[in-house]
Amino acid sequence: MSEATEHLDHAHSHHHPSGIKRWLYTTNHKDIGTLYLWFAFIMFLTGGAMAMVIRAELFQPGLQIVEPNFFNQMTTVHGLIMVFGAVMPAFTGLANWLVPMMIGAPDMALPRMNNWSFWILPFAFLILLSSLFLEGGGPAFGWTFYAPLSTQYSADSTALFVFSVHIMGASSIMGAINVIVTIFNMRAPGMTWMKLPLFVWTWLITAFLLIAVMPVLAGAVTMVLTDKFFGTSFFNAAGGGDPVMFQHIFWFFGHPEVYIMILPAFGIISQIVPTFSRKKLFGYASMVYATASIALLSFIVWAHHMFTTGMPLVGEMFFMFATMLISVPTGVKVFNWVATMWRGSLSFEVPMLFAIAFIVLFTIGGLSGLMLAITPVDFQYHDTYFVVAHFHYVLVTGAVFSIMAAVYYWLPKWTGHMFDVTLAKWHFWCSLISVNVLFFPMHFVGLAGMPRRIPDYALQFADFNKWISIGGFAFGLSQLIFLAVLIKACRKQGVPVDDRVWEGAEGLEWQELPSPAPYHSFETPPVIK
Amino acid sequence: MAAANNALVAKLVCIVLGMFGFGFALVPLYDVFCDLTGINGKTNREAAVYRTQDVDSNRTVRVEFITRVNAGMSWQFEPVSPSVTVHPGELTRVEFKVHNPQAEGVWGQAVPSVSPGTAALYLNKTECFCFEQQHLLAGESLTMPMQFYVDPQLPEDIHFLTLQYTLYKVAGDTAATNLERRF
Amino acid sequence: MIVSWRMVVGSLSWSLLASTVMADEKSSNDPYRLNLSPGVTDISGQVYDLHMLMFGICVVIAALVFGAMFIAIWRHRKSRGAQAAHFHENVKVEIAWTVIPFIILIVMAVPAARTLIAMEDTSEPDLTILITGSQWKWHYRYMDREVEYYSRLASQPEQIANKLSKGANYLLEVDRPLVLPTDKKVRFLMTSDDVIHSWWVPAFAVKKDANPGFINEAWTKINQPGIYRGQCAELCGKDHGFMPIVVIAKAPDEYERWISQQEAIAREAKAEEQRLLSMNMGMDELMKKGEAVYQSTCAACHMPTGTGLPGVFPALKGSKITTQDQAAHIDIVVHGKSGTAMQAFGKQLSLAELAAVITYERNAWGNNTGDMVQAKDVNAVINGN
Repeated sequence: MSEATEHLDHAHSHHHPSGIKRWLYTTNHKDIGTLYLWFAFIMFLTGGAMAMVIRAELFQPGLQIVEPNFFNQMTTVHGLIMVFGAVMPAFTGLANWLVPMMIGAPDMALPRMNNWSFWILPFAFLILLSSLFLEGGGPAFGWTFYAPLSTQYSADSTALFVFSVHIMGASSIMGAINVIVTIFNMRAPGMTWMKLPLFVWTWLITAFLLIAVMPVLAGAVTMVLTDKFFGTSFFNAAGGGDPVMFQHIFWFFGHPEVYIMILPAFGIISQIVPTFSRKKLFGYASMVYATASIALLSFIVWAHHMFTTGMPLVGEMFFMFATMLISVPTGVKVFNWVATMWRGSLSFEVPMLFAIAFIVLFTIGGLSGLMLAITPVDFQYHDTYFVVAHFHYVLVTGAVFSIMAAVYYWLPKWTGHMFDVTLAKWHFWCSLISVNVLFFPMHFVGLAGMPRRIPDYALQFADFNKWISIGGFAFGLSQLIFLAVLIKACRKQGVPVDDRVWEGAEGLEWQELPSPAPYHSFETPPVIK
Repeated sequence: MAAANNALVAKLVCIVLGMFGFGFALVPLYDVFCDLTGINGKTNREAAVYRTQDVDSNRTVRVEFITRVNAGMSWQFEPVSPSVTVHPGELTRVEFKVHNPQAEGVWGQAVPSVSPGTAALYLNKTECFCFEQQHLLAGESLTMPMQFYVDPQLPEDIHFLTLQYTLYKVAGDTAATNLERRF
Repeated sequence: MIVSWRMVVGSLSWSLLASTVMADEKSSNDPYRLNLSPGVTDISGQVYDLHMLMFGICVVIAALVFGAMFIAIWRHRKSRGAQAAHFHENVKVEIAWTVIPFIILIVMAVPAARTLIAMEDTSEPDLTILITGSQWKWHYRYMDREVEYYSRLASQPEQIANKLSKGANYLLEVDRPLVLPTDKKVRFLMTSDDVIHSWWVPAFAVKKDANPGFINEAWTKINQPGIYRGQCAELCGKDHGFMPIVVIAKAPDEYERWISQQEAIAREAKAEEQRLLSMNMGMDELMKKGEAVYQSTCAACHMPTGTGLPGVFPALKGSKITTQDQAAHIDIVVHGKSGTAMQAFGKQLSLAELAAVITYERNAWGNNTGDMVQAKDVNAVINGN
C-alpha cells in the first residue's frame, strides 16, 4: 500500500497544488473520476454534435449539407467517440469515484497509473479529431472499420486512427487493471466477495472483459496498419489473406465490448432501484451469477454480427442459439429489478426516473436484440435502421441513461449539495420523450428497407426521417439542460444534503462517509457489519 | 500491500500481452477453422495426394469454373471448358488459358474460392497453377493445367459446385523476390 | 457516327421493359410502412411469419414485465402509504424465471432452424447469375448465356443535389435492371471487385455479402412477376447510398424471349465494334462523347472538373497520367489500378467510349496535350499488338 500511504501522507500535509497543476498531477481517485466524467461529457457533446450533422443531412431526401464522404466520416467518428470517448470513460470515471468508497478503501490501488490512464485519453481524441481536418479527411469506414475499406481503400489518415485507437486501448487497459487490483487488494476487512455492492461486481467483471478484448482490438488495428502501409496481407485476398477474417477478429473484440458498455449500467441500476424501493435488491446472488454468465457467453456469440458474410449452416445455428441463450441471464436481471420494486415503497426522485426509463427502454432494446439473433430474419434486419434502433436503445437509453441516473444519484454525495431538481426533471422528461421520437421510428424505416450509413434515401422513408431528425435535435438540446444542472451543482448552488442523502440508501458511501465525501475516502477502514 | 499489488499487476499484464498475442494467433486459428468448416470456400493451398480409390460411378457432380481478373491486371484468363461433370473419386484434368497482352513480363497469382463453402472441403487439387505465382512474358500465352478429384464423402445433397479463380497482379517487389527464389 | 453497343442494348431493353415498369409500385412506396414485407418468394413468406412470431412473443414478454412493473409503480408507491416488504430472494421464483425463458427460446429456435435449413437448398438451379459488386454499381453476368452488363443508379445528379424534382423511385432506379424468370430456381453467386458490398432485395429475403476474392451464394424462386427494389447493405465507401438494385421478374417464356434478344443484340454490337475499329473520330466528336462518358462514369470520384478529392481520389487535371505517356494512361483506364478504387473500365465501356474519354481527359481542364486516342489504340492495349 506504499503508493497509497505515501499519497495519504501527502494529503495530510494539505498541500494541494492549485489551478491546472492540481488536475495534471493529481493521483486522487475523486479528482481523476471528475476528470473522466467531464471528459466523457465533453465527448458526449462532441459526438452528439456529429449526430446532429447526420440528422440534419437526413432531415429530407437529397444532399443538402454535407458531401457523402464527409457524412461517412461523421457516422464513423460519432460511433468511435460515443463508444470510446463518452460511454467507456464515463464508466471509468464512476468506477474511480465509487469503487474505493464502496469497498472501504482510501483510494485506488495504483494512483499514478490512474493519472496516466486518464491523461493519455485527451491526446487520443485530439489525434482522432484532428484527422478530420487532414487532406482526404478522417476515418470514413464506419466505427467497425471493415477491411479492405479501411486498408486499401482508405485515406492516409488511417494511420492516425490506428494510433488513436491504440492510445484509447492502453488507457482502458490501465483503468481496468487499476479497478481489478483495487477490488482484489483494497477491500476493507470484512468486505467479503458476496458483500460487494453490485456496481463493484459488475465493474470487476467488466474490467476482466476489458483486459481480455482490448488487446485483441489493438491487434486488429495493428494488422490494418501493416496491411495498409507495410505490405502485409492479413485481409487482402491477393496475398492469401481474407477480408472476412477481419470481421471475425473485430467482433471477437466487438461483442464483449458491447457488454463492457452495459454491465456497469446493470450495476448502477442495481444500486438505485433498491434505494428508491426502500427494499433490498432481489436475488443478489443470481445477479452476480447472471453478470458472470453474460460475460462468459459474450465470447462465443461474435459471429452473429456476420450472418450475411456466408457462413456454413452449422456456424449459423451455433451462433444463433448461443446468442439467444444470452437473453436468459439478461432476463433474470430485468425480472430481479421488477421483483425489487414489487411490494416496495417506491418514490420517484430523478435517479429513479432514469432507472425506470432504463429498465423499460433497455428491455425494448434487448427484445429487438433477441429478434436480431434469429438468423433467417437477421438477413432482413442486418445493416438496416432496425439495427441502428436496436443498438441505440441499448446504448443511449441503456448505457447513457444509466450514467445519467448514476450522476444524479451520487452527485449530492460528491458535492454535498442537492442539484436543481426542477431542472433535472425537465432534463429527464425532455430526454425521455425526444429519445423515443428519435429512435423508435428507426424500427419502422429499418423494417421498410432503409439501409444504415447512407447520406440520402428513397422518398418513402422521408416522413419518418423527418420525425427522427426532430427527435434528434430535441434530444441534443435536452442535454444542454443537463449541462446547466451540472454547472449549478459544481458551483454548489443547492441545499446542503445530509450524509445519507436518499432515505433508502444503503452502503458504505452513504452510511459511513459525510457529504461531500472527504478527499480521501477511508483513512481508517470502516467496520463492515 | 505493494508487493501484492505488483504481483497482481504482473499477472494482469501477462493476460494483456497474452491476449494481444492471441489476436494475432487468431490468424492461423482462422485458417484451421476454415479448413474444418469451409468458411469462404477456401481450398487446399498445397497439392493433395491422390490415392487410387473407388470411383463412385453411380453419382455425378458438376464442377463449374469462373475466372475473374482483378483491377490492375491486364491478362486474359479463361477456362478451356466452363464446366465438367465428374464422378466422385475420379481424377480429372482441366485447363485454363492465359494471355499477357502487355509489352512486358508480368507476375500473377490466382486465388481460388469454392461455393457452396462446405464443398471446398471435398474438392482436392493435386496440381494447380494457383499453388504458385505465374509469370508471363510480353505477349505470351499459356495453357495452365489443374488436376483435381472430388472426395466421395461429398455430402449427398451437393450435386454441383463452383470454383472461382480471381487473378491478381503481383506487385513488382514481391515478384522480384519470387524470381530469385525460382531461378 | 459510332454508337456504343451498350447504349443500344440499354435503350432497347429499357423501352421493352417500360410497360411493366409502371405497374404495381404503390405498396412498396407507402411512406408510413411500418413492417417487413412478406415478399414474393416462399422463403420471404416464411421469414415474414418468423418475424411476426418473434415480434408477438417479444410483445407478450414486454407486456408481462412492464405490466408487473407498472402495477408496482402504481400500487406500491410510498405516496400511497406502501410499506416495503422484506423478501429479497426466492429460489423457486428465480429458477422459474430462468427455466421458462429457456423453454420460450426453444419454442423460438425450432421454426427459426427450420427456415434456416430451407434457405440452404443446394439443389441444381435453373439459372445462375454472377453478381459482382464494385464501387458503386452492380455487374450481372448470366452464366451459360452470352449476356452481361453493369447496372448503375439512374437518378440524376441534379435530383440528388435538389435541383430537379425527385421521381417516385428516387435512388431506387437503375439504368439496366436485372431480369429474372418467375417460378425458376435462380442461383446468385456473389463476389466483389474491390471492397465488401452486400446484395439485398427485401422482397426475396436475400441479403448476402459480396467479398473480394471469394464467392458466396444465395438463391431465390420468385412467385410473382413484378419489379423489386433493393440496395447495397454494406458500407462500401463514398457512394454506398447510391448503388440500388432493381430486379424485374417476368414469366419464363417472356424471360426467354428477352434473354435471346439480349444475346442477339450483344453479338451484333460486338461485331459492329470490330467493324468500326478502323474508323477514326475527329477531335470534336471525341471530346463531346468523352465528356458525356466522363460525367457519367468518372466524375463520381475524379469530380466533374477533374480535381478529384484530395487525399482520397487523385486529380486528373494536370496529373502525370493524363499529360504524359499515353499508353500508360490507356492502360490504367482499361485495367484499373490494383489496391485502389480505380476499376478496370475495359470491361465497362466500349472501345469508342474508352477512346473518347481518354482523349477528353488528356485535353480538358487545361491539360491540352492535343492527343487524340482512337478505338484501335485502346484495342491494342487490351489485346496486344
